[in-house]
Amino acid sequence: MIKFTKYRKIYFGFSGALVIASIIALIVFGLKPSIDFTGGSILEIEYAEERISNEEISGMLSELGLTSAYVQPTGEKGIIIRMKDIDEEMHQQVLSALFQETGLAEEIRFESIGPVIGQELKDKTKIVVAVALLSMIIYIALAFRRVQRPLRSWQYGIASVFALFHDILIPLGIFAILGRFYGIEISIPVITALLAVLGYSINNTVVVFDRIRENLLTGGETFGQIVDASLNQTLARQINTSLTTLFVAGAIFFLGGETLKYFALALILGICAGTYSSIFLAGPILVGWYHFRHRK
Amino acid sequence: MRKNIYLIFIGIIVLAFLAGNLSYPKYLNQSIDFFNNKIGFGFPHFWDIPFKLGLDLQGGTHLLYEADLSSIEAGDYSSATQGLRDIIERRVNLFGVTEPIVQTQEASGKHRLVVELAGIKEPAEAIKMIGQTPFLEFREQRAEEETQIILDKQKELEGMTYEEAQKIENWQLALEDPYFKSTSLTGKYLKRADLTFDQQTGAPLISLQFNNEGADLFEQLTSQNVGKILAIFIDGIPISTPVVQEAISGGKAQISGDFTVDEAKELVRNLNAGALPVPIKLISQQTVGPTLGAVSLQKSLMAGLLGFLAVIIFLIIFYRFPGFLASLVLVVYVVLILSLFKLIPVTLTLAGIGGFILSIGMAVDANILIFSRMREELKEEKSFTIALEEGFRRSWPSIRDGNLTTLIVALILFGLGTSFIKGFALTLSIGILVSMFSAIFITRTLLRLFVNTKVEKYNWLWR
Repeated sequence: MIKFTKYRKIYFGFSGALVIASIIALIVFGLKPSIDFTGGSILEIEYAEERISNEEISGMLSELGLTSAYVQPTGEKGIIIRMKDIDEEMHQQVLSALFQETGLAEEIRFESIGPVIGQELKDKTKIVVAVALLSMIIYIALAFRRVQRPLRSWQYGIASVFALFHDILIPLGIFAILGRFYGIEISIPVITALLAVLGYSINNTVVVFDRIRENLLTGGETFGQIVDASLNQTLARQINTSLTTLFVAGAIFFLGGETLKYFALALILGICAGTYSSIFLAGPILVGWYHFRHRK
Repeated sequence: MRKNIYLIFIGIIVLAFLAGNLSYPKYLNQSIDFFNNKIGFGFPHFWDIPFKLGLDLQGGTHLLYEADLSSIEAGDYSSATQGLRDIIERRVNLFGVTEPIVQTQEASGKHRLVVELAGIKEPAEAIKMIGQTPFLEFREQRAEEETQIILDKQKELEGMTYEEAQKIENWQLALEDPYFKSTSLTGKYLKRADLTFDQQTGAPLISLQFNNEGADLFEQLTSQNVGKILAIFIDGIPISTPVVQEAISGGKAQISGDFTVDEAKELVRNLNAGALPVPIKLISQQTVGPTLGAVSLQKSLMAGLLGFLAVIIFLIIFYRFPGFLASLVLVVYVVLILSLFKLIPVTLTLAGIGGFILSIGMAVDANILIFSRMREELKEEKSFTIALEEGFRRSWPSIRDGNLTTLIVALILFGLGTSFIKGFALTLSIGILVSMFSAIFITRTLLRLFVNTKVEKYNWLWR
């Protein structure tokens, strides 16, 4: 049997350091919102022959008055242009400017989102996140209302909320770093994935706590031993379920194409953090709390 | 008891067969053809329902328009947007797109119109045609003093920048048309337009027929403006500026202007397809070319397939015989889901496929919980039957709680989210519900088949 609770201070320190680093990254770098939230346009073009250089494209765009466009090559013959939101007329002007120079090219995709829509989506997302968090906390409170010993049910709740924030903050911190250095944006798919992680994280913690609840009924050993036993009994399940989910998330990340790539990355990060916290954090927090109360 | 299990098992096999062929009927239909040819029977083909693909997978364009309702009274908003919707729908139907979507939306007091054109070849053309829909308007001449005031104001502001101009009193006046002012008679009241020709000169004319309300308005306007100009504007440009000779009743008007026969024809067609009751503005568009759509579909399916295989291999290696059974159940799960997608029908988007693939990973969670528990019970030297039933009974609370949390999150996402989130939440929710059925009910039936058989004695298969 692995004694998970024995070295809990090391785990707390490790997780704490990661969470603090994530918070610092979030404060210093901030998240880079995608045009879903800020408004703007994105245009992807694939040239039949050779693509024209970024400088030339930037030049053509400035002639049209689009000075702050950001041009990026993609694939072998493609380019992605990010710029402020433009109307249909300007869109057609941009296309004809880019197409006529090299003859044939194909428009792969075009998105233009007005700032009003971006703002609305931002507000809507805040509501969704708040409601999701709140409902998870209510759910935990209800799920553990019958467990009263040796800790109060709300203490089980608080421990899972700790794990929850851990599982969300670490991926967010990593996205802040990725956004700063690789320009990876927080888009609707990433938010969606992180919200799915919420459910997943609670799920993992609940499985462990359910087992603790069950083992408490047979009783006998100390609380620390019961938690350790429960963690060992659920260990295989935690790892295996995470692995199967990681398999599919990994498949989406490597093969699923551009749109789903960062959706999958957010899932992978969240699942890893969630699995870690359900084993090394949630249960040990309970034991730590128990010892703290009984020392007094 | 045993008989019941066999019956349920046969039921499951029939269900799996039907669902499998519903999700991919090609092979069954080929066999039916083969059979029909051999024996000369005329068996009908199995149901072949196609998947419904979203814009991002088949290519297409999603347009969001905002309606300017400033000229409409608050009470008439819904009828105005409804009228707008109907007219744009009529226009959109001209493009020959299958199942175009035109919906009105109200968000924070703004009235919007969503237009989705799937599989459209030339989205730019469509946008142009929707946008081009003429905004027909009658304007009456201003009094001379008013004209003078506006002209003076324009002169005063000439050469100023926008910021400077804003500081001048009544600066908005300069933006007005100095000669004409809007009336309430617009394309909203138009019943139909026709192309006719002037009998003397042969020049093309557009004759307008108003509905009853429009006819009354027109009569009122013409009687007020005898001897003055009643200008006809289309999209803010004066097309015709006839002088009213006398009050006109009956709601018929004629536009003669400086246009060719072709231009007149197009105007008539556009006016008939719908002069918009209120002006609209395109505020957001998302266009996915057909190439990207096909590539996305192919890539996501590939990812799904490989993820699925990885899960199956893992299950078999780690859980051996029960893992093998769980893999079979997972296959049933996938065909059940695909059948549901077709039957409901669920519009599959990239996000939806993402949710579905994720649900494959999560669907086996219940099986993993059950098998881990069974293994523990077997290690305590309990009999196979007891280990089986205990495994299911004891893992149920965790399975229930776990699926419930994911379901709650999915429902919140569905209730409040945008279209991407909705697609994801919908397929994930369907996946969770079906997986509860498949992973618990079907797996249990399969396992029970082996109770009291030789297979249960081979410990290495189970532990």
